[in-house]
Amino acid sequence: MAARRRTPAKADPAAEHERELLRTMLRIRRFEEACAELYSATKIRGFLHLYVGEEAVATGVMSVLEPDDAVVSTYREHGHALARGVPMDALMAEMFGRQTGCSRGRGGSMHLFHADTRFVGGNAIVGGGLPLAVGLGLADHLAGRPRVTACFFGEGAAAEGEFHESLNLAALWHLPVLFVCENNRYAMGTSLAHEHARTDIALRASSYGMAAWAVDGMDVRAVEESARQAVEAIRHGGGPHFLEVRTYRFRAHSMYDPDRYRPKAEVAEEKTHDPVTALAELMTSEGRLTDRQLATLEKEVAAEIAAAVEHAEQAPLEPVEDLTRFVHSDRTPAEVT
Amino acid sequence: MTATMVKTTYREALREAIREALQRDERVFLMGEDVGAYGGCFGVSLGLLEDFGPERIRDTPLSESAFVGAGIGAAIGGLRPIVEVMTVNFSLLALDQIMNTAASLQHMSGGQYAVPLVIRMTTGAGRQLAAQHSHSLEGWYAHIPGLRIVTPATLEDARGMLWTALEDPDPVLVFEHGSLYNLAGEIAADAGPVDLDHAAVRRPGDDLTLITYGGTLGRTLEAAEELAGAGVSAEVVDLRTLRPLDDATYLGSVTRTHRAVIVDEGWRSGSLSAELSARITEQAFYDLDAPVERVCTEEVPIPYAQHLEEEALPQVRDIVAAAHRTLGEQP
Amino acid sequence: MSDFTMPSLGADMERGTVLEWLVAPGDVVHKGDPMAVVDTSKAAVEVETFADGVVVDLVVRVGSEVPVGTVLAHLGPVGAAAPAPAPEPAPEPEPTPEPAEVAAQEPAATTGHQPVVHSPLARRRARELGVDLASVAGTGPGGEITREDVEAAAPAAPPTPSTVPEAAPATTPAARGAGRPRVTPYARKLAREMGVDPAAVTPHDGETVRASDVRAAAIAAPAPAAQAPPPPAPPPGAPPPTGAPRPTAAATRAQTMRETIARLMARSKREIPHYYLTTTVDLTDALAWMREQNAGLPIAERLVPAALLLRATALATARHPALNGFWVDDAFVPGSGVHLGVAVSLRGGGLVAPAIHDADRLTVTETMAAMRDLVTRARAGRLRGSEMADPTLTVTNLGEQGVESVYGVIYPPQVALVGFGRVVERPWSVDGLLGVRPLTTLTLAADHRATDGFTGGRFLATIDDLLQHPEEL
Repeated sequence: MAARRRTPAKADPAAEHERELLRTMLRIRRFEEACAELYSATKIRGFLHLYVGEEAVATGVMSVLEPDDAVVSTYREHGHALARGVPMDALMAEMFGRQTGCSRGRGGSMHLFHADTRFVGGNAIVGGGLPLAVGLGLADHLAGRPRVTACFFGEGAAAEGEFHESLNLAALWHLPVLFVCENNRYAMGTSLAHEHARTDIALRASSYGMAAWAVDGMDVRAVEESARQAVEAIRHGGGPHFLEVRTYRFRAHSMYDPDRYRPKAEVAEEKTHDPVTALAELMTSEGRLTDRQLATLEKEVAAEIAAAVEHAEQAPLEPVEDLTRFVHSDRTPAEVT
Repeated sequence: MTATMVKTTYREALREAIREALQRDERVFLMGEDVGAYGGCFGVSLGLLEDFGPERIRDTPLSESAFVGAGIGAAIGGLRPIVEVMTVNFSLLALDQIMNTAASLQHMSGGQYAVPLVIRMTTGAGRQLAAQHSHSLEGWYAHIPGLRIVTPATLEDARGMLWTALEDPDPVLVFEHGSLYNLAGEIAADAGPVDLDHAAVRRPGDDLTLITYGGTLGRTLEAAEELAGAGVSAEVVDLRTLRPLDDATYLGSVTRTHRAVIVDEGWRSGSLSAELSARITEQAFYDLDAPVERVCTEEVPIPYAQHLEEEALPQVRDIVAAAHRTLGEQP
Repeated sequence: MSDFTMPSLGADMERGTVLEWLVAPGDVVHKGDPMAVVDTSKAAVEVETFADGVVVDLVVRVGSEVPVGTVLAHLGPVGAAAPAPAPEPAPEPEPTPEPAEVAAQEPAATTGHQPVVHSPLARRRARELGVDLASVAGTGPGGEITREDVEAAAPAAPPTPSTVPEAAPATTPAARGAGRPRVTPYARKLAREMGVDPAAVTPHDGETVRASDVRAAAIAAPAPAAQAPPPPAPPPGAPPPTGAPRPTAAATRAQTMRETIARLMARSKREIPHYYLTTTVDLTDALAWMREQNAGLPIAERLVPAALLLRATALATARHPALNGFWVDDAFVPGSGVHLGVAVSLRGGGLVAPAIHDADRLTVTETMAAMRDLVTRARAGRLRGSEMADPTLTVTNLGEQGVESVYGVIYPPQVALVGFGRVVERPWSVDGLLGVRPLTTLTLAADHRATDGFTGGRFLATIDDLLQHPEEL
């Protein structure tokens, strides 16, 4: 095979970076698969929305953010959290509803939060995160901090009023926000053409006076490059930018979804553009990844997931006496910054 | 030593409170529709733009959801926003942000994100503004855990509640009754922050307790005066904070007087007055000498015509009649 | 070998039905392959395997509904000899575990069931229809008695007014329940504290018994059963107790009072182990002193012997606090002061015992004035609620009626009652010399749960001693 003909150059930083992108995507893929199994086994409850097929979007965008930047996400946010650096243990414990979960078992799959990485949450109201991201941008703008807030949402959000209000406000005030529309073509079961009079989301975003373009969401390198351009522009005072990342979810909307609204052939066709295998095959063919390296990577990811599940199984539950804790802040005003 | 008293109005007291906050804390800014050049829909922020500039007196587009949500984001981002929504009816356009984000973020993040945000809005009827500018929905908001709901009804509270609200690490909604802006009187020249934890007895009495807040405080005090003329001594409790309710004050009063009349400009069904009545029944049942009475707004979208609007709202005569009913008397 | 189980596909999914098998025994499957179509009751969903393997057998038939977690098929390792394909899974391999629902659907056993739970509606219908709930078999959940059960039981019950004409006694539960006025919760509480039967109180508005009605009734009623601590004074704004003239006839009030006295006294004799002590007190010095005092007083202010006796009792009570208070919940609760209940008989019949508050702090003259005032107001029906509510010890003096000694019945929850008889002149020996002296018989009825005879004896001795030194009164 191709990979065996050339020895990968381990010292090559570009190759190293690509392998990290691959690792991130694999972590997301295998994590989601584990979640599906754990859900079937009733270990995870509630609603579970999996990111399988869309890994390149989170991986590519997060790759160009700085630790000080903020991320606002959706209810399909396991991948965003993993790519942003939220520890897997804390994520899996949250799926299990445990005290060591990143939201202390109070959020669950749809509400992952992690202040250390400025991951301002899974928001389960479609479009609900956009105003929040605008506000984070406003705070940075008023404080004169060169930060960026990346805001993820689906194409379904583009039909919400909050989408339009927020784009207008961000553009009007020239705020440092990167809007990332993950266009997977289905808002639950409603297809893009079925809900939008004009299906070119980037074009509509640009009407608010911000730079906006579409990018192939199944190619992590393309996503990363687009995001890098946008984030650099924003950080240098370019105002809000908008990426429409065209992707596809390989699994149904949620675990309960019979997936009746899209042809099986379409799903099968899209799966041939799997972003994880695409990158692995590209790297292999260009000699930057060996089968053995891939196997090692898979093994490491599997071990990390097994450890996370083990951690979650063992983790304590939040005491019932603390039920109403965090309805109001425990902290004094001075402690809230 | 008596404090120097100065003349002011409810509107001016609010403005001074905002001015003080802007001066004391550079993280504070005011944002809302027409708060800048226009001076605020009800004139509260008149002149502040000139003093503090457009970054801190920030006009917004007509995008309630976006600018309330932006207030939440800015609060998380380290600022102390005061967001003005023109009326409580308009706030429904931002209800998603208030309820699903501001009120929930702290809890669903396991305590990681407090939202130190203040949202001010006008509430209430009485100015012939009809069915989309007149409602009293603060009781709805008082249903939501995670929020604090305050209703300044006096000059002191208009002057003093804002700073305390800004110091609260959680979202505080301030409801200003539209009929109060022109309320004039004297307050201490050095009037400052007031507590938000306690209800206040605005008039002591022994025979029954009139429980109210915000825009109906004035009428309730008038009713108490009229009752006094009939030999009935009514205590008037101003709730001040609708969430969390200061149970001790109004229940203590009812336990002593054995009779309660709740005066609430909200509608009766599923309302704050219903909540108060339920709590009284739960916690003071064996001290009641009469069923709890409620004086609420008629269950109708507030009509325009003056006589209809007046008929719909709680009036002094309604309060007096309810008070007499609790005494088992004909007024 | 691994199991393919019925997955949970939603937080509310507890069971699923296999609609279709997409694999057959012998098929090689890979992780993620759809295995079967399952009806979740919301939708038909293809369910996947999370393991690689060879399908060994299908254990659940198409059409079977099974709980989440039930094994649907077994998978063997790839490469193992494929087993002989079993064409169809065994019919109903594991009988579907049927939870307790079945049992719950059975009508609950009704025999010997205590009807402890029943709705207010059932209770009211039972009262209206004169049905004894204990005799009704409940058909509701857990054997609960429903309205229908009560109504079904009604024909067997005593005749109702609808089936029997005028002959029906007016005292059937239905008749009694119908016209009964409502009582407010506070009035009910106050009535309990004041020893008034709220059902016997007539509301001044004809509909609802309120606190003011209870207070008014208490004035007309006898000794209150005070609770410790005493209830607060009535709200100043409450209508004065005597405000509205009772629409009820005096006869009704007397009847009510009689019932209350009956209830209280029966309770006292039922619950309180009384002991009785008697002593005879020589009143020579006391009466001589009294006459001296009266010489300088206008007639309206002159003392009577009862004032001295009350005064001496008040001082003695203060010195013997074990007799001053209440027996509540199996324990003695001392009174918050010496509030002497003075038994006053009413002209219309009946008895009240309002309190002289802090009697130990009054002078004899003040005691006299208080007593006079109390008697006057008691007979005019103008007592205050607090006076009715909180005596800590009661004094009765039947001397006016010519009685020589009183062995009283304690007013619960008080723990003692002091009785004075008539002042009589009797031959009396002092220091070996016989003379004629004014004497009275002093008695104590006391609750043996709270004190013993020793305490009671000392108490009587103290009263006697005080009356021998009237100038100290």
